[in-house]
Amino acid sequence: MTTRIGVVTFPGTLDDRDSLRAVRLAGAEPVSLWHRDKDLHQVDAVVLAGGFSYGDYLRAGAISRFSPVMETIIEQAKAGMPVLGICNGFQVLTEAHLLPGAMLRNNHLHFICRDQKLRVENAETAWTGDYEQGQEISVPLKNMDGRYVADERTLDELEAEGRVAFRYLDMNPNGSLRDIAGITNAAGNVVGLMPHPEHAVEPLIGTGRTDGLPFFTSVLKKLVSA
Amino acid sequence: MARVVVDVMLKPEILDPQGQAVQRALPRLGFEGIADVRQGKRFELEVEGPVDQAALDRIHKMAETFLANTVIEDFVVKVESGS
Repeated sequence: MTTRIGVVTFPGTLDDRDSLRAVRLAGAEPVSLWHRDKDLHQVDAVVLAGGFSYGDYLRAGAISRFSPVMETIIEQAKAGMPVLGICNGFQVLTEAHLLPGAMLRNNHLHFICRDQKLRVENAETAWTGDYEQGQEISVPLKNMDGRYVADERTLDELEAEGRVAFRYLDMNPNGSLRDIAGITNAAGNVVGLMPHPEHAVEPLIGTGRTDGLPFFTSVLKKLVSA
Repeated sequence: MARVVVDVMLKPEILDPQGQAVQRALPRLGFEGIADVRQGKRFELEVEGPVDQAALDRIHKMAETFLANTVIEDFVVKVESGS
Protein backbone atom coordinates (compact mmCIF):
# COMPACT_ATOMS: atom_id res chain seq x y z
CA MET A 1 0.00 0.00 0.00
CA THR A 2 1.28 3.46 -0.88
CA THR A 3 2.10 5.86 1.91
CA ARG A 4 -0.11 8.95 1.76
CA ILE A 5 1.33 12.28 2.86
CA GLY A 6 -1.02 15.27 3.14
CA VAL A 7 -0.10 18.89 2.47
CA VAL A 8 -2.40 21.54 3.95
CA THR A 9 -3.48 24.61 1.99
CA PHE A 10 -4.68 27.59 4.05
CA PRO A 11 -5.69 30.84 2.35
CA GLY A 12 -2.28 32.44 1.77
CA THR A 13 -0.23 29.24 1.69
CA LEU A 14 2.41 29.53 -1.07
CA ASP A 15 4.57 26.43 -0.97
CA ASP A 16 1.97 23.68 -1.03
CA ARG A 17 2.74 22.75 -4.66
CA ASP A 18 6.47 22.42 -3.96
CA SER A 19 5.72 20.34 -0.88
CA LEU A 20 3.40 18.05 -2.86
CA ARG A 21 6.13 17.61 -5.47
CA ALA A 22 8.74 16.84 -2.79
CA VAL A 23 6.43 14.17 -1.37
CA ARG A 24 5.99 12.65 -4.84
CA LEU A 25 9.74 12.72 -5.60
CA ALA A 26 10.38 10.92 -2.30
CA GLY A 27 8.10 8.11 -3.46
CA ALA A 28 4.94 8.76 -1.44
CA GLU A 29 1.46 9.65 -2.63
CA PRO A 30 0.82 13.38 -2.19
CA VAL A 31 -2.65 14.34 -0.92
CA SER A 32 -3.95 17.93 -0.91
CA LEU A 33 -5.72 18.87 2.32
CA TRP A 34 -8.03 21.89 2.56
CA HIS A 35 -8.00 24.00 5.73
CA ARG A 36 -11.79 23.97 6.14
CA ASP A 37 -11.97 20.18 6.04
CA LYS A 38 -11.69 18.29 9.32
CA ASP A 39 -11.09 15.03 7.45
CA LEU A 40 -7.46 14.07 6.83
CA HIS A 41 -8.42 11.61 4.06
CA GLN A 42 -6.47 8.67 5.54
CA VAL A 43 -3.05 10.31 5.25
CA ASP A 44 -0.17 8.81 7.22
CA ALA A 45 1.66 12.11 7.77
CA VAL A 46 1.06 15.83 7.25
CA VAL A 47 3.16 18.73 5.96
CA LEU A 48 2.17 22.30 6.88
CA ALA A 49 3.66 24.27 4.02
CA GLY A 50 5.16 27.74 3.95
CA GLY A 51 3.55 31.02 2.95
CA PHE A 52 1.48 33.65 4.69
CA SER A 53 -1.66 31.92 5.91
CA TYR A 54 -4.43 34.45 6.59
CA GLY A 55 -1.94 37.14 5.57
CA ASP A 56 -0.12 36.65 8.91
CA TYR A 57 -2.84 38.87 10.40
CA LEU A 58 -2.84 39.00 14.21
CA ARG A 59 0.39 36.96 14.36
CA ALA A 60 1.98 34.55 11.88
CA GLY A 61 0.08 31.27 12.09
CA ALA A 62 -2.33 32.46 14.81
CA ILE A 63 -5.57 32.31 12.81
CA SER A 64 -4.75 29.10 10.90
CA ARG A 65 -4.16 27.34 14.16
CA PHE A 66 -7.94 27.45 14.79
CA SER A 67 -8.97 26.09 11.37
CA PRO A 68 -11.00 22.83 11.26
CA VAL A 69 -8.14 20.83 9.69
CA MET A 70 -5.84 21.81 12.57
CA GLU A 71 -8.26 20.39 15.16
CA THR A 72 -7.74 16.95 13.65
CA ILE A 73 -4.02 17.47 13.04
CA ILE A 74 -3.42 18.51 16.67
CA GLU A 75 -5.29 15.43 17.86
CA GLN A 76 -3.42 13.09 15.48
CA ALA A 77 -0.03 14.69 16.17
CA LYS A 78 -0.53 14.06 19.88
CA ALA A 79 -1.33 10.44 18.98
CA GLY A 80 2.00 10.13 17.12
CA MET A 81 1.30 11.02 13.49
CA PRO A 82 4.35 12.65 11.85
CA VAL A 83 3.80 16.37 11.21
CA LEU A 84 6.32 18.68 9.54
CA GLY A 85 5.84 22.45 9.68
CA ILE A 86 7.93 24.48 7.27
CA CYS A 87 8.30 28.25 7.78
CA ASN A 88 4.67 29.42 8.17
CA GLY A 89 3.88 25.81 9.07
CA PHE A 90 6.43 26.06 11.92
CA GLN A 91 4.68 29.23 13.09
CA VAL A 92 1.34 27.38 13.05
CA LEU A 93 2.86 24.55 15.13
CA THR A 94 4.12 26.95 17.82
CA GLU A 95 0.77 28.78 17.88
CA ALA A 96 -0.93 25.38 18.27
CA HIS A 97 1.45 24.59 21.17
CA LEU A 98 2.54 21.38 19.45
CA LEU A 99 6.02 22.91 19.65
CA PRO A 100 7.23 25.29 22.38
CA GLY A 101 8.28 28.91 21.90
CA ALA A 102 7.12 31.52 19.39
CA MET A 103 8.19 33.16 16.16
CA LEU A 104 8.76 36.90 15.89
CA ARG A 105 9.66 39.52 13.27
CA ASN A 106 13.30 39.18 12.09
CA ASN A 107 15.63 41.27 14.24
CA HIS A 108 16.71 43.38 11.23
CA LEU A 109 13.06 43.81 10.07
CA HIS A 110 13.84 42.75 6.49
CA PHE A 111 12.37 39.91 4.51
CA ILE A 112 15.29 37.60 3.85
CA CYS A 113 15.84 35.16 0.98
CA ARG A 114 19.09 33.22 0.73
CA ASP A 115 20.69 29.79 0.58
CA GLN A 116 21.18 28.85 4.21
CA LYS A 117 23.64 26.40 5.72
CA LEU A 118 22.27 24.28 8.54
CA ARG A 119 23.61 21.58 10.83
CA VAL A 120 21.45 18.53 11.53
CA GLU A 121 21.50 18.36 15.35
CA ASN A 122 19.01 15.50 15.70
CA ALA A 123 18.93 12.74 13.09
CA GLU A 124 16.46 10.64 15.04
CA THR A 125 13.15 12.44 14.44
CA ALA A 126 10.50 11.09 12.06
CA TRP A 127 11.64 13.66 9.48
CA THR A 128 15.43 13.49 9.85
CA GLY A 129 16.33 9.78 9.94
CA ASP A 130 17.93 9.87 6.50
CA TYR A 131 20.47 12.50 7.61
CA GLU A 132 23.67 11.87 9.54
CA GLN A 133 23.97 13.39 12.99
CA GLY A 134 25.96 16.62 12.56
CA GLN A 135 25.56 16.67 8.76
CA GLU A 136 25.78 20.11 7.16
CA ILE A 137 23.18 20.89 4.52
CA SER A 138 22.15 23.90 2.45
CA VAL A 139 18.52 24.76 1.72
CA PRO A 140 16.74 28.00 0.76
CA LEU A 141 15.47 30.30 3.50
CA LYS A 142 12.87 33.01 2.98
CA ASN A 143 10.96 34.65 5.78
CA MET A 144 9.86 37.80 7.56
CA ASP A 145 8.99 36.31 10.96
CA GLY A 146 11.75 33.80 11.55
CA ARG A 147 13.15 34.82 14.94
CA TYR A 148 12.64 31.86 17.24
CA VAL A 149 12.22 32.79 20.90
CA ALA A 150 11.43 30.88 24.07
CA ASP A 151 12.24 31.52 27.71
CA GLU A 152 15.63 30.40 29.08
CA ARG A 153 14.16 27.40 30.87
CA THR A 154 12.48 26.10 27.69
CA LEU A 155 15.68 26.67 25.67
CA ASP A 156 17.75 24.78 28.26
CA GLU A 157 15.21 21.97 28.21
CA LEU A 158 15.27 21.77 24.39
CA GLU A 159 19.08 21.62 24.41
CA ALA A 160 19.24 19.04 27.20
CA GLU A 161 16.74 16.74 25.50
CA GLY A 162 18.33 17.06 22.04
CA ARG A 163 15.22 18.72 20.70
CA VAL A 164 17.06 21.43 18.77
CA ALA A 165 16.81 19.61 15.44
CA PHE A 166 18.57 22.16 13.20
CA ARG A 167 20.90 25.09 13.85
CA TYR A 168 21.95 27.92 11.53
CA LEU A 169 25.58 27.76 10.44
CA ASP A 170 27.89 30.62 9.36
CA MET A 171 25.25 33.29 9.97
CA ASN A 172 22.08 33.70 12.00
CA PRO A 173 19.64 35.16 9.46
CA ASN A 174 16.95 36.46 11.82
CA GLY A 175 18.16 36.71 15.41
CA SER A 176 16.82 33.29 16.46
CA LEU A 177 17.89 32.49 20.01
CA ARG A 178 20.82 30.03 20.19
CA ASP A 179 20.86 29.92 16.34
CA ILE A 180 17.84 27.62 16.36
CA ALA A 181 16.48 26.86 12.89
CA GLY A 182 14.27 23.90 13.77
CA ILE A 183 13.00 21.95 16.76
CA THR A 184 11.12 18.75 17.50
CA ASN A 185 8.59 17.70 20.13
CA ALA A 186 9.60 15.18 22.80
CA ALA A 187 8.23 12.22 20.83
CA GLY A 188 10.12 13.22 17.66
CA ASN A 189 7.08 13.03 15.37
CA VAL A 190 6.45 16.78 15.16
CA VAL A 191 9.21 18.88 13.58
CA GLY A 192 9.21 22.57 12.67
CA LEU A 193 11.86 24.48 10.79
CA MET A 194 12.20 27.89 9.22
CA PRO A 195 14.16 27.14 6.00
CA HIS A 196 12.57 25.29 3.08
CA PRO A 197 13.72 21.72 2.33
CA GLU A 198 10.90 21.35 -0.23
CA HIS A 199 12.70 23.91 -2.43
CA ALA A 200 15.84 21.77 -2.56
CA VAL A 201 14.65 18.41 -3.88
CA GLU A 202 15.69 18.66 -7.55
CA PRO A 203 19.09 19.67 -8.92
CA LEU A 204 17.56 22.17 -11.33
CA ILE A 205 15.91 24.42 -8.73
CA GLY A 206 16.70 26.10 -5.44
CA THR A 207 20.24 25.63 -4.27
CA GLY A 208 21.00 23.26 -7.16
CA ARG A 209 21.33 20.54 -4.55
CA THR A 210 18.89 17.99 -3.21
CA ASP A 211 19.70 18.47 0.47
CA GLY A 212 16.01 18.81 1.34
CA LEU A 213 14.85 15.48 -0.05
CA PRO A 214 15.88 13.36 2.98
CA PHE A 215 13.11 15.04 5.02
CA PHE A 216 10.54 13.38 2.84
CA THR A 217 12.33 10.05 2.39
CA SER A 218 12.95 9.90 6.18
CA VAL A 219 9.26 10.01 7.02
CA LEU A 220 8.45 7.55 4.28
CA LYS A 221 10.90 5.00 5.70
CA LYS A 222 9.68 5.67 9.21
CA LEU A 223 6.08 4.99 8.17
CA VAL A 224 6.92 1.89 6.13
CA SER A 225 8.91 0.37 9.00
CA ALA A 226 6.25 1.26 11.59
CA MET B 1 -23.18 48.40 23.40
CA ALA B 2 -20.13 48.59 25.56
CA ARG B 3 -16.56 48.86 24.41
CA VAL B 4 -13.92 46.65 25.95
CA VAL B 5 -10.29 47.26 25.08
CA VAL B 6 -7.62 44.59 25.07
CA ASP B 7 -4.07 45.95 25.00
CA VAL B 8 -1.41 43.45 23.96
CA MET B 9 2.28 44.20 24.53
CA LEU B 10 5.41 42.13 23.98
CA LYS B 11 6.81 40.94 27.30
CA PRO B 12 9.57 43.24 28.60
CA GLU B 13 12.30 40.65 28.02
CA ILE B 14 11.39 40.16 24.33
CA LEU B 15 13.42 42.20 21.84
CA ASP B 16 11.17 44.58 19.87
CA PRO B 17 13.05 45.65 16.73
CA GLN B 18 9.98 47.47 15.37
CA GLY B 19 9.81 49.67 18.46
CA GLN B 20 13.57 50.24 18.23
CA ALA B 21 13.28 51.30 14.59
CA VAL B 22 10.64 53.85 15.56
CA GLN B 23 12.74 55.09 18.47
CA ARG B 24 15.81 55.54 16.25
CA ALA B 25 13.76 57.57 13.74
CA LEU B 26 12.54 60.06 16.33
CA PRO B 27 15.66 62.30 16.62
CA ARG B 28 15.81 62.50 12.81
CA LEU B 29 12.32 64.00 12.92
CA GLY B 30 13.27 66.43 15.65
CA PHE B 31 11.68 64.56 18.56
CA GLU B 32 14.36 64.33 21.25
CA GLY B 33 14.40 62.73 24.66
CA ILE B 34 12.64 59.41 24.00
CA ALA B 35 14.81 56.69 25.50
CA ASP B 36 12.80 53.65 24.39
CA VAL B 37 9.77 52.72 22.28
CA ARG B 38 7.86 49.48 22.35
CA GLN B 39 5.10 48.73 19.88
CA GLY B 40 1.95 46.84 20.85
CA LYS B 41 -1.54 46.05 19.62
CA ARG B 42 -4.88 47.43 20.75
CA PHE B 43 -8.14 45.54 20.15
CA GLU B 44 -11.44 47.40 20.55
CA LEU B 45 -14.30 44.99 21.13
CA GLU B 46 -17.91 46.16 20.80
CA VAL B 47 -19.71 43.84 23.17
CA GLU B 48 -23.38 42.91 22.82
CA GLY B 49 -25.29 42.73 26.09
CA PRO B 50 -24.07 43.60 29.56
CA VAL B 51 -20.38 43.59 30.37
CA ASP B 52 -20.73 41.64 33.59
CA GLN B 53 -18.17 39.40 35.23
CA ALA B 54 -19.16 36.48 32.98
CA ALA B 55 -18.61 38.58 29.84
CA LEU B 56 -15.26 39.83 31.14
CA ASP B 57 -14.24 36.28 31.93
CA ARG B 58 -15.04 35.26 28.34
CA ILE B 59 -13.05 38.19 26.95
CA HIS B 60 -10.15 37.31 29.23
CA LYS B 61 -10.23 33.76 27.88
CA MET B 62 -10.38 35.12 24.31
CA ALA B 63 -7.38 37.35 24.92
CA GLU B 64 -5.45 34.51 26.51
CA THR B 65 -6.14 31.91 23.80
CA PHE B 66 -6.23 34.03 20.66
CA LEU B 67 -5.57 37.79 20.80
CA ALA B 68 -2.31 37.42 22.71
CA ASN B 69 0.31 34.71 22.49
CA THR B 70 1.19 34.44 26.17
CA VAL B 71 4.54 32.86 25.31
CA ILE B 72 5.72 36.28 24.14
CA GLU B 73 2.99 38.78 25.03
CA ASP B 74 1.17 40.23 28.07
CA PHE B 75 -2.34 41.65 27.86
CA VAL B 76 -4.65 43.94 29.80
CA VAL B 77 -8.47 43.95 29.52
CA LYS B 78 -10.36 47.13 30.38
CA VAL B 79 -13.94 48.36 29.97
CA GLU B 80 -13.88 51.70 28.21
CA SER B 81 -17.54 52.72 27.96
CA GLY B 82 -21.06 51.49 28.67
CA SER B 83 -22.00 49.13 31.43
